[in-house]
Amino acid sequence: MIFSKKLLALLALVPALAFANEGGYPLDKAPDRSHNMAALQNGAKLFVNYCLNCHNASSMRYNRLRDLGLTEEQIKNNLLFTGEKVGEMMTTAMPAKDAKVWFGTVPPDLSVIARAKATPSNSGSDYLYTYLRTFYKDENRPTGFNNMVLPNAAMPHVLWELQGVQAAKFEEVEDPHEHGKKVHKFAGFEQVTKGTMTKLEYDTAVADIVGYMEWMAEPAAQKRKQLGVWVLIFMSIFATLAWRLNASYWKEVK
Amino acid sequence: MAAFKETKFPADAPAAQKALGWVDDRFPLTKLWNDQWGKYYAPKNFNFWYIFGSLAMLVLVLQIVTGIFLTMHYKPDAGLAFASVEYIMREVPWGWLVRYMHSTGASAFFIIVYLHMTRGLMYGSYRKPRELIWLFGFAIFLCLMAEAFFGYLLPWGQMSYWGAQVIVNLFGAIPLIGPDLSLWIRGDYVVSDATLNRFFAFHVIAIPLVLLGLVAAHLIALHEVGSSNPDGIEVKENLGADGHPVDSIPSHPYYTVHDLFGVSVFLTIFSAVVFFAPEMGGYFLEYNNFLPGDSMKTPPHIAPTWYFTAFYSVLRATTSDFLWVLMAGIAGYTAFLWLKSKLSGMVKIAVSVIALLMIVGMLPGALDAKFWGVVFFGGSVVILAFLPWLDHSPVKSIRYRPDWHKYVYAGLAIAFVALGYLGTQPPSPVGTIIAQIATLYYFSFFLLMPWWSEMGTFKKVPDRVVFHAH
Repeated sequence: MIFSKKLLALLALVPALAFANEGGYPLDKAPDRSHNMAALQNGAKLFVNYCLNCHNASSMRYNRLRDLGLTEEQIKNNLLFTGEKVGEMMTTAMPAKDAKVWFGTVPPDLSVIARAKATPSNSGSDYLYTYLRTFYKDENRPTGFNNMVLPNAAMPHVLWELQGVQAAKFEEVEDPHEHGKKVHKFAGFEQVTKGTMTKLEYDTAVADIVGYMEWMAEPAAQKRKQLGVWVLIFMSIFATLAWRLNASYWKEVK
Repeated sequence: MAAFKETKFPADAPAAQKALGWVDDRFPLTKLWNDQWGKYYAPKNFNFWYIFGSLAMLVLVLQIVTGIFLTMHYKPDAGLAFASVEYIMREVPWGWLVRYMHSTGASAFFIIVYLHMTRGLMYGSYRKPRELIWLFGFAIFLCLMAEAFFGYLLPWGQMSYWGAQVIVNLFGAIPLIGPDLSLWIRGDYVVSDATLNRFFAFHVIAIPLVLLGLVAAHLIALHEVGSSNPDGIEVKENLGADGHPVDSIPSHPYYTVHDLFGVSVFLTIFSAVVFFAPEMGGYFLEYNNFLPGDSMKTPPHIAPTWYFTAFYSVLRATTSDFLWVLMAGIAGYTAFLWLKSKLSGMVKIAVSVIALLMIVGMLPGALDAKFWGVVFFGGSVVILAFLPWLDHSPVKSIRYRPDWHKYVYAGLAIAFVALGYLGTQPPSPVGTIIAQIATLYYFSFFLLMPWWSEMGTFKKVPDRVVFHAH
């Protein structure tokens, strides 16, 4: 407890620079998966397997995954576990009441979480990508894990089997704000037990999940941009014609 | 009143002409079109700044039409509202486009209206005989603010929820009735389902009705007295042989094609935002608003949407320390009024009484700074209504004012933008001081206008408008 308090104090002191967030930990840039269908499909699979156990994505219909190149048959056979129908929303089987008891809070709905976590300096994906990769061993937490991005996160490290267990190293350094005072400074992670994935594999998997969550936050985003190109082409032709039409009328105004 | 007479057409007249004649005998359709647009003569020297009136009209129509379609799928229910917006974004065919047009349209409306008002300020469009046009316009601006405020609660995100909570709580600062008043507005002790339902009613029907009526009044008044122009010359004082002002041209077709070009440029920019940056970096759609409204979780930083932040900054700038400065300002202004004003003794006494009451109310232990913040917040908006009577300049247009007047106007623009920017940021000591200086400048601009606006050497206003043939 004392340790996490110290950690909180430390994190509060980290200057709020460009990539800083509420925890003060600098966010990594999430790789762009928006045009990689295979990665998004993999992300959807991981999301359904790991995230939906506790979280809802209650605005998201399973069969919308057809937009990612999956057939209804594939969705039914690979992504539906508890007898849902393919036209149903992604909801969790876990009752909110139990969640409140088990985790102290109801896990947030993830439908638009990638949009909600954006700030002027980082995308929501950057936040999620860093968050899911910075869980570390902390015996003081009821879940046994703490997080660098969201200190004292209520969420357990659901992906620990994949990532393995890592510990955070802290070193004592001079407090930049108060002379003679020591503070703990994060000095990197240390792998304690191996996971089923290598670090590179794990980062790729998380990037896929986050890519999927970004897609899920606005499934129409790609279509919006594609259509936008045509609209702008049309508008520039229209504007050119309107400009010339205007000029031809005003020529006669003396 | 002449007796009814059916217009006779030759048997071989086109059917359309006959039909129009039939209608015109019963309803002044052609007359209305000609009076309001077709044969409405407008000065020919309109520049870039004169496009925003028709653009505001376009955006109004856009908001109403998209709004109607959104209402078909939106659920004004605290438990369903947030999800119903996402339903529109995902499940309703083209719902995302309609929603983005509506959310972008709200911000576009304010950008256009602010530019439209800037035009009025620069060229003295509010001067006699156009005072009522300005007042109708001012009322439209108030309605627009109300419309935006009520509408912003509807998505029921965190910023919607807490923004409404903060603004409704402002009414609580009014002495005696404040707490009950804000309770009455909310219909509950916190912003809740009851609040959402009444805000929905105001947003979709009450305010739009008033807004449409005011827009009609604004246009009728404009077409009655005629448009002003960048030179501030009354074109009707110089009529040609045909009885029309020599410096004017019929709106149709000249301003029809002109506005069409303006519309095409505007829609290009508008589409670029709708299709490529609908969130506009968190200014048009705030990131925090993608979290459902939660009465148990107060966001660390609550700011109103960007179009309110200038006025909101005035509210925040009114700290208890700053009240001393304001007291000195009010006392100084009253003394100045006695020495320099041509107003009647009765008015001076009335102003002095109000000033005295304000100063007493600002003393420590009297009304708190929050109340005065609300007063100045409201005052910063309402003061705009008095412009036609504050401006005593012998010329209308900035073109013929002394050069240093341009710096005074530029100062107002800078102060307004600075206030607007600071209002989006969390409060900071330096920011507060800048906001206080900007607040003083803003009020001084208007309150001292009767004097500074007639000072300096004015340029000669030409007899004819300045127009370079294209």
